[in-house]
Amino acid sequence: MSLSDGGTSISYAGVSYGYVGWQKGGRVRGQSHDMVQLLTPEGERVDNDDFEFTGTTDDLVGYLRDMILARRFDAEATALQRHGELGLWSPLLGQEAAQVGSAHAMRPADVVFPSYREHAVAMVLGVPLANLLGLFRGVNGGDWEKLETFKNYQIVIGCQALHATGYAMGLQFDGVVGTGTDKDAAVIVYHGDGASSQGDVNEAYVFAASYNAPVVFFCQNNQWAISEPIALQSRIPLFERARGFGFPGVQVDGNDVLAVKAVTDWAMERARAGEGPTFIEAFTYRMGAHTTSDDPTKYRASVEEEAWRGRDPILRLTRYLEREGVIDDAWLAAVDEEAKQLGVDVRATIKRLEDVTMDKLFETVYAEPTVALEAQRREYAEYAAGEDA
Amino acid sequence: MNESLTMAKALNRGLRRALQADPKVLLAGEDIGKLGGVFRITEGLQAEFGENRVIDSPLAESGIIGTAVGLCMRGYRPVVEIQFDGFVFPGFAQIVTQVAKFHMRTGGQTPMPMVIRIPFGGGIGAIEHHSESPEAYFAHTPGLKVVSCANANDAYWMIQQAIQSDDPVVFLEPKRRYHVKDLVNFTSRPAPMHQAAITRYGTDATLLCYGPMVKTCLDAAAVAAEEGTSLEVVDLRTISPIDWVTIQSSVRRTKRAIVVHEAPKTLGIGSEIAAKLHEDLFYVMESPVMRVAGYDMPYPPARVEGEYLPSVDRILDTVDQSLAY
Repeated sequence: MSLSDGGTSISYAGVSYGYVGWQKGGRVRGQSHDMVQLLTPEGERVDNDDFEFTGTTDDLVGYLRDMILARRFDAEATALQRHGELGLWSPLLGQEAAQVGSAHAMRPADVVFPSYREHAVAMVLGVPLANLLGLFRGVNGGDWEKLETFKNYQIVIGCQALHATGYAMGLQFDGVVGTGTDKDAAVIVYHGDGASSQGDVNEAYVFAASYNAPVVFFCQNNQWAISEPIALQSRIPLFERARGFGFPGVQVDGNDVLAVKAVTDWAMERARAGEGPTFIEAFTYRMGAHTTSDDPTKYRASVEEEAWRGRDPILRLTRYLEREGVIDDAWLAAVDEEAKQLGVDVRATIKRLEDVTMDKLFETVYAEPTVALEAQRREYAEYAAGEDA
Repeated sequence: MNESLTMAKALNRGLRRALQADPKVLLAGEDIGKLGGVFRITEGLQAEFGENRVIDSPLAESGIIGTAVGLCMRGYRPVVEIQFDGFVFPGFAQIVTQVAKFHMRTGGQTPMPMVIRIPFGGGIGAIEHHSESPEAYFAHTPGLKVVSCANANDAYWMIQQAIQSDDPVVFLEPKRRYHVKDLVNFTSRPAPMHQAAITRYGTDATLLCYGPMVKTCLDAAAVAAEEGTSLEVVDLRTISPIDWVTIQSSVRRTKRAIVVHEAPKTLGIGSEIAAKLHEDLFYVMESPVMRVAGYDMPYPPARVEGEYLPSVDRILDTVDQSLAY
């Protein structure tokens, strides 16, 4: 590795992958000239030929609040892992706009297939945060509320892309696509830049295209798959791959909540209308570690993180709304107070989570119990009773 | 009402009846539509039920299984066809990491009523990857159920039972018996899917088998009878869970058990049966459980598969060893 213009030169096995990170002119490798942006890092509204934000100022205030609360929740969960209360945590730090913006494009009938970092999407859609913590604490396998809207987290990279596509095919068979009524529904599936190399994800693109399934592939390109830079996954910007599969791909500034909302609205509407799949590359940055077990200082330069800090999604929307006179210090202080209370609630909640019982596990391996497993269940019960005696 | 049908036709009739009975039943797989599948098991079904219920899939097994997971989540009951045993492995990760686990990890909220049909086993002179017996991989995976039919009547009924099951079922079809005819009884109530069947009664030893080996074992029992040895044949039918009640009721009487399968011997289904019978019937049995199985090698080239596959002679040799113990 060597530093150049604040970027990092990456080579593996003698093959140079050029520079990742910040480069001359403030552009990042893989960032397209066509990247959709409606709010600059400095908090200036800009026009785009194809997309416009149609929401209200109140909506923007709501998004800012969501992002601040999500960041606080994420920080709290990270701290809880450090205190030994969670086995692991996958921080979303830096990806608040990509998640909050896209989540607000959902309608009640739409369905979300997350990977394992979509905490802000879950929050916006009303999934109890205790459910997310339960999975990472290891008290259960993730049997959360609102499962009909927000499906389970998926740990095996990319598997969920196929589930989402199959589910979307089911929506077609059910006749709830392209009717032009409120019945119309679509699916959004989240995956990362690393997952773009997985066979399952590529097979999902093929199936979605072949059946014209109402699914939006929302890729948060946060530049890093643990220690591997995006350059190792793809030699072209990810959104350009969509064309090869036969559906549109759009790159959006993933740290611009207005642009993310506008692009996701468009893609979901296409899907609901029966116009087929869309690929969205939300160009963003994982400001923290991959998970609490990771150490980014081993593989990336701090100057890169510094540069991305200047593109912070919360900072830019705050700047904009302050400048417009929509929010002030009092508003920010109130939200900060709300965030603090959220932290208190999270800390209290985690202590109340109950471990799943062995009985419940035995009971749910199968929908229809087997004699053989029932025998093991009794064997365990007798053993456990002996232990207690 | 009885009718003599090949196993292939019986499966076709069973699938047709399942499609008629429940609009949530869908078939998906490679070449299953216009062609009716490479073994013609789904022949005519797309013409009758349409392209949305009998779906030709892109050539990607993980894609087939993975999209079927999503269809289950949407309330469908997908029946997917894997073209040949050796091609299930691109879909193996979805089966083992997703299909098998979904019900438990969601606290019982998300059943996976999926059937994965796999033509399996050798003996048809096929090229490599077309003759394998992967049942142990699936039987070793909690959350899956694994069954195999051995005759046309079971094929007709068991495929419908598998489709009605709220659990994922790996349904193994003995491809070399696809064209064997048997009487199918369309009206009498079938046995439960997870129950073994004693298909020939005997007194001297029990042959335990499933799928393609049931016919081979029945042939062996017929030859043994001519030589004055009375062999009982138990068709397992269900490989996961195993029906220990029926197996043990037989072995308690004969006191000798020989497991026969095409799959490699080490850690095959025979290993589990031997372990369990030794745990439960140690003082009843007159000889150790013995196994006649494929050798521990990749499936051989077709010209020599006859040397690899359990045959009547190898079974009878092992019966002799058991009786002489």
